[in-house]
Amino acid sequence: MFKKILSPVDLAHVDKLNKALAVTGELARTYGAEVCFVGVTGSTPSELARTPEEYRKQLESFAAEQRTTLGVPTSSHAIVSHDPAVQMNQELEDAVTEIGADLVVMATHPPGVSDYFWSGHGAHLAAHSAASVMLIRG
Amino acid sequence: MVDQSPDTEELEGIPSPDGTTQLIETEYEIGEDNVEGSLGPFGFDIHNPVFLISGLSIVAFVFYTLALPEQSNALFSWLFGAVTKGFDWFFLGAANIFVLFCLVLIVTPWGNVRLGGTEATPDYSYIGWFAMLFAAGMGIGLMFYGVSEPMSHFSSSLGGTAAEDGVRTDWAPLGAAAGDTDAAVRLGMAATIFHWGLHPWAIYAIVALSLALFSYNKGLPLTIRSAFYPIFGDAVWGWVGHIIDTLAVFATLFGLATSLGFGATQANAGLNELFGLPVGSTTEVVLISVITAIALVSVLRGLDGGVKVLSEINMGLAFLLLLFVLLVGPTVYLVKLFFSSLGAYLQYLPALSNPVGREDVNFMQGWTSFYWAWWISWSPFVGMFIARVSRGRTVREFIICVLLIPSMVCVLWMTVFGGTALHQVINDGYTLAQEAALELKLFKMLDVMPLAGITSLVGIMLVVVFFVTSSDSGSLVIDTITAGGKIDAPVPQRAFWCIFEGAVAIVLLLSAGGLQSLQSMVISTGLPFTVVLLLMCVAIGKGLSSERRSVKDAA
Repeated sequence: MFKKILSPVDLAHVDKLNKALAVTGELARTYGAEVCFVGVTGSTPSELARTPEEYRKQLESFAAEQRTTLGVPTSSHAIVSHDPAVQMNQELEDAVTEIGADLVVMATHPPGVSDYFWSGHGAHLAAHSAASVMLIRG
Repeated sequence: MVDQSPDTEELEGIPSPDGTTQLIETEYEIGEDNVEGSLGPFGFDIHNPVFLISGLSIVAFVFYTLALPEQSNALFSWLFGAVTKGFDWFFLGAANIFVLFCLVLIVTPWGNVRLGGTEATPDYSYIGWFAMLFAAGMGIGLMFYGVSEPMSHFSSSLGGTAAEDGVRTDWAPLGAAAGDTDAAVRLGMAATIFHWGLHPWAIYAIVALSLALFSYNKGLPLTIRSAFYPIFGDAVWGWVGHIIDTLAVFATLFGLATSLGFGATQANAGLNELFGLPVGSTTEVVLISVITAIALVSVLRGLDGGVKVLSEINMGLAFLLLLFVLLVGPTVYLVKLFFSSLGAYLQYLPALSNPVGREDVNFMQGWTSFYWAWWISWSPFVGMFIARVSRGRTVREFIICVLLIPSMVCVLWMTVFGGTALHQVINDGYTLAQEAALELKLFKMLDVMPLAGITSLVGIMLVVVFFVTSSDSGSLVIDTITAGGKIDAPVPQRAFWCIFEGAVAIVLLLSAGGLQSLQSMVISTGLPFTVVLLLMCVAIGKGLSSERRSVKDAA
């Protein structure tokens, strides 16, 4: 049913991803799908990586690690954004098309007051991308 | 901290450099001093001392200016006078060093270093990049001074010199040109171009280059303190760095707030001229609110969706206005003037930039020294913004595009706007523009040209949009500095700075003389920053030579 699952990850908060990663792994095994981990970084040094190239390598090794943990084929796709705080929604939407993903599984926070002003990235994807979207409440 | 063991490296460690850049090894981790949390529904991620200290001291200063207007005004004016008059030689000398340093970078092998590593590719096309650095750098000043400055220097030069007790009391540049119209035009244009040409852009280029180099090639956070790493070492992560960053936030916010106030005054004058809108604080408060609201939308849309789009619109509009004035105005005269002004600039450059033994003290201290202090106090903001959008350019390309091309555009702009107004005075005997108040000169000049209604409206729009582009890029810069160099801090934070800036501008505008006295104070911050810039030249030299070595070793 699904061939390629896109899993957006924030490498700075990997500890919050456990539930979403478990679900992603299970779905991938069920449908024999590949999981592509997508991460967004800025071009300036951040707490994770000092160059975009470093970030790319970190995401690659994260994907390699998950291949063993989840037991499914994985790949990675690093996005360098000029303004990650604001352009995340658009970048993720473009990534879905570029990778050709048919399912997005992502962790999300419970909805709160701030969602009236800024909705989450998952909500944006569900509204604008062609892929199916599954949001995992943390 | 840094954990180099192989199994955790991919998550929290900092891997070794990849050979194309020479990263600086430091124990500091970006975001280490940050406090993350949320205030009601809004999340935040701020650098602990810098955010709080700069926020509180800004409130304290505004309060001081409001509570004791006379005392604060006296103090700031004294400070301003002492700085621009007592240290004129220092400003002029330092600015000359910056220009020479930039020119040297173009011709030496250091110019080959690429910002972001040998394999980095530019983030923005030439047009988008150029529009952004111009809109942040001097957009608004071009609207304000494009007509008025050539006119002022022309008039004072034509008036000749006057002296009292052996000290010159006139405001003419150099030896003036009493009664000689042609010579006065040449001298006036040369003096104007001097203030808007190589020197200001060299000041911006130095700050921008050092930030870009230490952030993109050396892996340090994108804040002003990073440029000082080669000099202070790890101490920059402590109080030394906090002070540098706080100063930068301070100069940026007050610089923007005061400019926002003065911009509102010019837009108000223009709207009054055009539609008879009342001049007064009500209109100005409405204007500042509107400008801040547009800037807010722009920062919320981000760098690509907001700031870049507005900058490009603005450049397009400004170019159309320039083209209109050039074609409808005295075209042949302007084309000739362009080349003769350029020649005059080169001819008078050595004399105008001479820092010692000058006779034209009023011109040197009241104009040149004021301008240099002004550009320098703006340099942390403009420099950091230029750095943010310049990844992937080589140093040579960077200097040519930040120094030479903008200087040429300024020559063209000043020639067309100033030249048209001068032509009106000299050939047509139309002197309304010459006599009008500073903020009205542009509109009076457009008044006697065809389609005056439309062009004046475009002029007002340009003033407003140039303010929006300064305000939004300024908010992004302050947000990054107060987040310890993070560019992905929660969005409400940048909205906070944008609104805060507008609020400070309104409060100061409503107080008597508040804007004026704080502007004096901001310009006074130019003095410590001149020292900062000189140190930056040393740091750039060190940084570039280590880059060159690493690239050679890798080859």
